[in-house]
Amino acid sequence: MKFVDEFRDPEHARALAKEIAALAPRIARAQDRPLQIMEVCGGHTHSIFRYGIQQLLPDLVEFVHGPGCPVCVLPMGRVDDCVALALQPQVIFTTFGDAMRVPGSKLSLLKAKAEGADVRMVYSPLDALAIARDNPAREVIFFGLGFETTMPSTAMTLIAAKKQGIRNFSLFCNHITIIPTIKAILDSPDLHLDGFLGPGHVSMVIGTRPYRFIAEHYRKPIAIAGFEPLDVLHALWMVLKQLAEKRCEVENQYGRIVPPEGNRQALAAIAEVFELREYFEWRGLGSIDHSGVRVRASYADHDAERKFCIPNLKIADPKSCQCGEVLKGVLKPHQCKVFGTACTPETPIGSLMVSSEGACAAYYNYGRLGRTQVVDSSALTRPAQAARTEPGKLPA
Amino acid sequence: MNHPLARKLAPAARLRDTTINLSHGSGGKAMRELIADVFVGNFDNPMLAAMEDQALLPLAGLAAGGDRLAFTTDTYVVHPLFFPGGDIGKLAVAGTVNDLAVCGARPLVLSCAVVLEEGLPVDTLRRVAASMQATALAAGVQIVTGDTKVVERGSADKLFVNTAGIGIVPAGLDIAARNARPGDVILVNGNLGDHGAAILVARNELALEAEIPSDCTPLYDLVRSMLAVCPHIHCLRDATRGGIATVLNEFAQASATCMRIHERALPLREEVKGACEILGLDPLYLANEGKLVAIVPREHADAVLAAMRAHPDGTAAAMIGEVCAAPAASVIMQTGFGGERVVDMLVGEQLPRIC
Repeated sequence: MKFVDEFRDPEHARALAKEIAALAPRIARAQDRPLQIMEVCGGHTHSIFRYGIQQLLPDLVEFVHGPGCPVCVLPMGRVDDCVALALQPQVIFTTFGDAMRVPGSKLSLLKAKAEGADVRMVYSPLDALAIARDNPAREVIFFGLGFETTMPSTAMTLIAAKKQGIRNFSLFCNHITIIPTIKAILDSPDLHLDGFLGPGHVSMVIGTRPYRFIAEHYRKPIAIAGFEPLDVLHALWMVLKQLAEKRCEVENQYGRIVPPEGNRQALAAIAEVFELREYFEWRGLGSIDHSGVRVRASYADHDAERKFCIPNLKIADPKSCQCGEVLKGVLKPHQCKVFGTACTPETPIGSLMVSSEGACAAYYNYGRLGRTQVVDSSALTRPAQAARTEPGKLPA
Repeated sequence: MNHPLARKLAPAARLRDTTINLSHGSGGKAMRELIADVFVGNFDNPMLAAMEDQALLPLAGLAAGGDRLAFTTDTYVVHPLFFPGGDIGKLAVAGTVNDLAVCGARPLVLSCAVVLEEGLPVDTLRRVAASMQATALAAGVQIVTGDTKVVERGSADKLFVNTAGIGIVPAGLDIAARNARPGDVILVNGNLGDHGAAILVARNELALEAEIPSDCTPLYDLVRSMLAVCPHIHCLRDATRGGIATVLNEFAQASATCMRIHERALPLREEVKGACEILGLDPLYLANEGKLVAIVPREHADAVLAAMRAHPDGTAAAMIGEVCAAPAASVIMQTGFGGERVVDMLVGEQLPRIC
């Protein structure tokens, strides 16, 4: 397929893998342990497993799978809130497909649907707005989630709803923002990261500047990466090259999509509709300051949190679940106590097992080949700690 | 309406109602008119036209064709009822014929039971029945018995169809999932995932502008031409729901072998690849309705592949991999990119990704 196959070419992959294999020992020798590069975004995790990228790499280079899968970091209490909203008789609850199976403390949205809730899968928030227009006697709620990638389309939909006076449409806002979370991870004392692959589609919206603190303050190299396998390998090579040359910069491998200044229109729509929350709860990571957004008062008519009574209970993650350690990269998925035994895609305990972008589901579905070879013993012996909840800051 | 009984019923009993109502399932006159008009009229064979409670199949004729009966049933629910390349009627005949064909059975007769939702246009049912008959003729089977039920509006989605089928398995054939052996090769008869993609596009939820026809088709004739060049085909299965990934996993588990496939060898339409890229779906798991996976001893692979390609239902046939010994009970794909990954059974439905 044109413009896709070019980015999956095995010849180029082998050449890049060779370059990476040549670079890695130079850096790793100085460190006395494998290089750990975190891919922040779930889309990268999916690509790494789907195309078997890790197998092309030397043992000295390891991917650490970051928190960038919005479905995976959704706390159980928020899923319960969705179910409570969906079960109200006048409500049509609309959601993206892969949020349907995420387990709440009692039900997932898929199970709530079977219990009689009117839950409908949509491909865009505009589809949800159309449902509201067609069903004026019903209340249509859109379950907005995702990082800055999906935020603009939700914002544009709310702007359209207000303009068109569609009063029976509201948003249950669970949008989150990536920068404070990266900061929380960098402040976490129990992991050693050497560099980052930056999220591609988030950066298409926010640009490359917000990552500067990673290079400047934390002295870690970062390359913003596309999602095709060659993109991932290329960006990894860029990070290793920085390490070898003792540079720490924000580099942009995904220049064909990501402009340095981001997308001004998208950012304006976000700013028009959303404001930062004081804090937001992340599954496995705990509460992170300024890591989520809510609907501004000027759009209160379209804010489900203001329109409906929402239980808003905090539900602790199951005790056996180690999603938090996996999200921070302290544990690899298969090192979790319940991976593949009590927690499988059929019966997910943790949300990382639910979405195809979740590190555990990706490991389970694609990565079980020879996984015993990639045991990070240092991580096993370190006690797991919760991420510090020191305030993250949104970059100017 | 060539049969004498149908002719006799026709002038008086031609159905005047344009939509289905509960009386069409009540067992009385309205139901009889419906059956005579829609089913006897279309299916047109003496066994059905006798309007008895059962079809009688003479044993002598059956025994001459083989030494075992194959018997299968399947229920068809699809939205929309009509889609590019097929409809629920074609699906209901082809699907059951294919379930018989993949053990090497020659399909002979089918039943047809329908559940109708009150309010269904009678013309919709006529179109479905006509499509069933056209497919049955193409597959060389007769629809010889049936049942009609009508439920209240909202109790069913327009029209559900169940077909059961009987076929005869020639003596000496042993085609079963447990028979895969290391060294065998894996063949498919053409482009994968067309039916699943066609239904996704036909539902029009995506506003994708692509015309992807379903591959829905009866496969007995193709199987017969494959068996003609190699009666020792080890495994055959039609890759319907769950796609070829599911079939390969079933083979791997039943035979305790490893199915190794090559991504670059998979025959895929560009439109299907594109739809999968956009939605984050995997074509290995998309449904097919006219595709089978065959496990064939390596020494016969070229002959079987040539026979498939010479048949209209196998022009894009391809060898997609081979059977290995270890790791047992697994399916592994060599990615086009040069890596390897496990291809597991699907859990639940494939759900489109957020971003």
